Amino acid sequence: MYSNVNGNAEESLVVITVIGADRPGIVAGITQVLARHNVNIVDIAQTVVRGIFSMIMIVDLSTGNIDLPRLREELISKSRELGVEVSVNHIAVFRAMQRV
Amino acid sequence: MPRIFAPEEIREVIEMLLFQDLDIRSVTLGISIQECISRCVSEIIECVESKVSSYAQKLVRASNKVMNKYGVKIVTKRIALTPFSLVLEPLATQSLDKAFEAGLEIAKSVDRAAHNNNVDYVGGYAAFVHKGSTPGDRVIIDSIPQALAETQTVAGMVNLASTYTGINVDAVNKVAEKVLELAQKTPKGIGCTRFTAMANAPEDNPFIPGAYHGLGEPDAVINVAVSGPGVIETVIKRLGERTDMRTLHDYVKRAAFKITRLGELIGREVAREIGVEFGIVDLSLAPSPKIGDSVARILEAMGLEIAGAPGSIAALYMLVDAVKKGGAMATSSIGGLSGAFIPVSEDWGMTQAAMRGAITIDRLEAMMAVCNTGVDMVAIPGDTPPEIIAAMMLDVMAVAIALDKALGVRIIPVPGAKPGDVIDFGGLLGTTVVIPVPKYNVKQFVARGGLIPPSIRRLDKG
Repeated sequence: MYSNVNGNAEESLVVITVIGADRPGIVAGITQVLARHNVNIVDIAQTVVRGIFSMIMIVDLSTGNIDLPRLREELISKSRELGVEVSVNHIAVFRAMQRV
Repeated sequence: MPRIFAPEEIREVIEMLLFQDLDIRSVTLGISIQECISRCVSEIIECVESKVSSYAQKLVRASNKVMNKYGVKIVTKRIALTPFSLVLEPLATQSLDKAFEAGLEIAKSVDRAAHNNNVDYVGGYAAFVHKGSTPGDRVIIDSIPQALAETQTVAGMVNLASTYTGINVDAVNKVAEKVLELAQKTPKGIGCTRFTAMANAPEDNPFIPGAYHGLGEPDAVINVAVSGPGVIETVIKRLGERTDMRTLHDYVKRAAFKITRLGELIGREVAREIGVEFGIVDLSLAPSPKIGDSVARILEAMGLEIAGAPGSIAALYMLVDAVKKGGAMATSSIGGLSGAFIPVSEDWGMTQAAMRGAITIDRLEAMMAVCNTGVDMVAIPGDTPPEIIAAMMLDVMAVAIALDKALGVRIIPVPGAKPGDVIDFGGLLGTTVVIPVPKYNVKQFVARGGLIPPSIRRLDKG
């Protein structure tokens, strides 16, 4: 598996998670950043449990005009405006840890 | 389109990274400096410094790039070098004094290169004397106090015993004196945190101070050390207090698999970025002085009031066994020390237990039978006589060769300190309490010198 972890179809996939107190505009704020850079959302799941907002997105950077570190920077600065926690990780981390 | 990952799978990983202190403790780049062996001091220094500098830049650049890409923290970046005893051998054969000065100069130049390039530690001020010593080895042992006191990043190691050869008691006596000398030369004896006396030192150990670049290694190689005690503690706490031992073991194993896989991913990527071979993942769970990053707290999460209590050996055994089995499934590149670490000052829970008297030298010696630590990061009174330190080392070496495993002694005889004094070493080295050491007379025993023969296990090896 490790031999082809780079250069496979998942190389450009990134996992974004957002957690924080629920309020209007969180999804809009985060997706605005993605849209601005033409980054495609592949999968999205969102829940609100007892007022805590949680969103997980898998996005594809191959259509976009931004790399992962810069996307992280922009999303973190947006998350400060929104008052939420955001984390941005390459999908290989999840593939390594959650698949045999 | 089916989901690539269930939200719970993603959430679990993110929680580990954000809230359970899962990170890469160290990416260690092993580099051979065998081509720098020379009779000319300036040639050695130029060769070693330029090789270390150029690789250090690559290591730091690659580590930062991988850290940014994957969103996984790499806590320290280290370099492990060919044992300096080999580099100094030609000089030492000519003149011990000249080689002594050269050792110091090389250590300082490597220290500069590490500082300038933001590398945290450089291992390899090392000698192998488990059966006897050469002039180069003797120079290293003699110069360790000064070399470590006059540098900030250089780490030293002397291998004093091996399953193959037994224990070199003469060398143990010598090294015990040097540990005291090193303690006297550095504030709070902090230089001793960068020195370990070892048995069966592995060639691909990514952990400082035992790290060196072994003779069986390629020119350059990346070895990785993972952290993650917080992940295991959380897993155990979530299972609740009524979960039976076998189920507990199973869940720890699963968590260890995930932690190890992260280590392998990051290690391979850093190696690829630099353009060197990937070596090994050390399965050991490295703790830190943070409360949620403690191996002792894992034992406590299993149901013991405090680490060191009766049951601690069984709990630690179960932890280490599960980590090894989960880790073995996760990677085919296992190496280093691969067990569990219980360095007292570097583990928040271990220090708390030492303060309450539950962790003592005796308990540490019992625990080392089932883990791979030995007596590590233990502050002892500065007036501990050298023969007591030598005897403590002999005890650890004996267990190592009897059980055929790697163990070390990293003790800090804090000058002027008494049992119960609290000492702050700062940063990852932590704050700890000075542990009392028995003061019975052992002079006659250690003064016999010579070699303790290898165990019967030696014969299993052919």
